[in-house]
Amino acid sequence: MIPRIYIPGDSGALALGAEKVAKAIEKELADRGIEAKIVRNGSRGAYFLEPMVEVATTDKGRVAYGPVKPSDVKSLFDSGFLTGGHHKRWLGAPDKIPFFARQTRLTFARCGVINPLSLDHYKAHGGLKGLQNAVAMAPADIVKRVTESGLRGRGGAGFPTGIKWKTVLDTTADKKYIVCNADEGDSATFADRMIMEGDPFVLIEGMAIAGIATGATKGFVYIRSEYPHAVVMMQKAVEVARKAGLLGVNVLGSPNAFDMEIRVGAGAYVCGEETSLLNSLEGKRGVVRAKPPLPAIQGLFGKPTVINNVISLASVPVIMDKGAAFYKDFGMGRSRGTIPIQIAGNVRYGGLFEAAFGMTLGEIVDDIGGGTATGRPVKAVQVGGPLGAYFPRSLFDTPFDYEAFAAKDGLIGHAGITVFDDTADMLKQARFAMEFCAIESCGKCTPCRIGSTRGVETIDKIARGIEPEKQIELVSDLCNTMKYGSLCALGGFTPYPVMSAINHFREDFKPAPVAEAAE
Amino acid sequence: MTMQPASTEIASRTAAIIQELKGLEGPLLPILHGIQEEFGHVPQDALPVIAEALNISKAEVHGVVTFYHDYRSHPAGRHVLKLCQAEACQSMGSDAIAAKLKQLLGIGFHETARDGSVTLEPVYCLGLCACAPSAMLDGEVIGRLDDEKLDEIVAEVRS
Repeated sequence: MIPRIYIPGDSGALALGAEKVAKAIEKELADRGIEAKIVRNGSRGAYFLEPMVEVATTDKGRVAYGPVKPSDVKSLFDSGFLTGGHHKRWLGAPDKIPFFARQTRLTFARCGVINPLSLDHYKAHGGLKGLQNAVAMAPADIVKRVTESGLRGRGGAGFPTGIKWKTVLDTTADKKYIVCNADEGDSATFADRMIMEGDPFVLIEGMAIAGIATGATKGFVYIRSEYPHAVVMMQKAVEVARKAGLLGVNVLGSPNAFDMEIRVGAGAYVCGEETSLLNSLEGKRGVVRAKPPLPAIQGLFGKPTVINNVISLASVPVIMDKGAAFYKDFGMGRSRGTIPIQIAGNVRYGGLFEAAFGMTLGEIVDDIGGGTATGRPVKAVQVGGPLGAYFPRSLFDTPFDYEAFAAKDGLIGHAGITVFDDTADMLKQARFAMEFCAIESCGKCTPCRIGSTRGVETIDKIARGIEPEKQIELVSDLCNTMKYGSLCALGGFTPYPVMSAINHFREDFKPAPVAEAAE
Repeated sequence: MTMQPASTEIASRTAAIIQELKGLEGPLLPILHGIQEEFGHVPQDALPVIAEALNISKAEVHGVVTFYHDYRSHPAGRHVLKLCQAEACQSMGSDAIAAKLKQLLGIGFHETARDGSVTLEPVYCLGLCACAPSAMLDGEVIGRLDDEKLDEIVAEVRS
C-alpha cells in the first residue's frame, strides 16, 4: 500500500508554516525515492499542534506528529514516521490526544480527517446520509425534525433554526432563497472558516436540506474577503457537488432542484448582520434594514429567505442523519446539542473545541485552554467577539449556555473566546470597542453612528482623568441609549464589552498618573 | 507608481468585465471585485460605465464603492500587508507589532511607501485567532508574528 500523508491546507496551519513543511516532505520523498500520497486535509483545530502531520499506517491507524517544522522532516523520515515511528514530534493516535479525546464532534466530525474535496471520503465518513433522508421526507417533516432538535442559530442570536425555516416554508412565493452567512468577522471566531476549508460538503449538504425543507431552489454563501482560502475551497466543492448531482435540477436524483453560488464580501464587518448582508448580496451598500419585515418573509430581492450561519447549516446533516433526539440529548437547558468553542488570544492551547453546551467558562479557559500563552495570570476573557462582554475570573463558574450568559450580562455569540493576561488595560479595551463600532457602523441609525464616536471621546476623558466619575456615568447612559436605540447588534451590543469592562474592572478606569504605564 | 490607463481603455476593459458578470443576481459587488482585480483599484472612469450597464445612478455606484473597505480609489503598493488589529491579536501584543512595523516601513496604516513597495493596512480579524498576532501579505497568511518574522516580511516587501 502506498503510504498516505496528511498535511493540513487550513489557513491556520498555513499561517504556521504548513506549506513549507509540505514542500520539505515532497522533497524528502523524492530524494529517498519513496512513493507516497499527500492529502491536504483541513485542520482538526488544535492550533498549538499545527502544522500537525498525520500518517495513515496499516497497523496503527492514523499517527500524528506536531508541531512539525521543515527542519524536522529529515529526522521524521529517519525515525520511520511513515510507519508511525517514534520521534520528538510524535503525538500518537489523534483521537487519543487529550484536546481531541475530550470533545464531542458532531458538526466537526470530519473536519481535519478527510480530504475536503473528496466526495468519496465524505461519504465514507457518514456524509450525505442526512440529505438522503431529507429527499425522502415531506418538507414539513424536515422542518419538524430540525425544530425538535433544539438547534439554535450559531451565528450569535440563538434563534431557533426550525422556526425560521417554518416561516419560509409557510410563505408562498415564486422564488425562495437560502443564504449562508459566512461573514465571520468576530475576533476569536474561526469555526466557519475551518469547516469551509476542512469539510465544505457538510455546508453544501446542509444548505441543500434547507432548500428542500423550505422550497428554496437557490442558495448563496456570502464569505468575507478576508478568507480567500475558504472562498477557493467552497468554489471547488460546489463544482464537485454539481458534477456529482448533489446540486442541480434533481438533487440526488429527487425531483427537488437546488443550486448555489459563492459570493465574496468586501471588508465590511456590519455585513455579518443578516439584513445588511442581504443588501450587500443585492449589490447595495451594506446598511441594516429595519425589521419587520423579517427576512423569512421578505428577504433577498424581497423573497422569503432562510438566512443562517455556517455552523447552523453545517449542523443540520447530522440531525437529519441521526435524528432530533440524538442531537437534543447533548446540552443543557434551552441550549441543545454541541457548540464549537473557539479558544483564542493569549492562551496556551488555542483552537476549536466542540462540546455539548454546559461546560463552565473556567473549565474552558483553564482546563482546556491551559491558561495564558505568556504564563501570566488570566485577567479577562471576552466571550462572543467584539460585541461580547469581558468576564473576570469571578464569573468563571458561568456555564456555556445562551441563557446563563445572558443572565450575567454577556452573550455566547459565535462562541469565540479571547483570553487576556494581567497586562491587559480594560479601559483601552472599552475604548477599542467604541472605536471599532465607529469604524464599522453602517451609519443608518444615530445611536451607533454618533454614539460610538462620542463614546471614544468620553473614554479618552476618563483616561486623562477629567472628572472620571462623571464620564463613567455619561458612558453608562450612552450605552443605555445605544443598547435600546440601535437597529442592529453592532450599536446594540457594543455596550456589552464597554460596560462589562467598566463594571468588572473598575480599577482600570481610575484616573491614571500623568505618565503612561510602560508595557 | 504604475501608469494610469486612459479613460477609454478603462471603459472598454470595464465593459468586458460587466458583460461577463451582468447575468448574476445582484451583480454589482462581483463586478467591482472584477474591476479591482483588473486595475488594482476601482477607477473613477469605471463608475459611469457600470451605472449605465446596470441602469442605476452613478451616485448609487459611488455609494456602494465607498461603503466597502476593500475597494481602493488608488492603486496599492506592489505588496499589500494587512496586519490584524482585532481583540485576539491585541491580547498577544498586536499594538506593539504595529508600532514596530510602522517604524520599520516608515509608513502608517492606510499609507503606501514612497517607493511604491508596500501598502500597510489594519484588518479586523483574519480568523487566525488561535495563532495571534497574525497578518496577511499578498494573500499569504502569517501567524504568531514575532521580531524575526517581521524582519522577514520587511525584507520581502523591500526586495
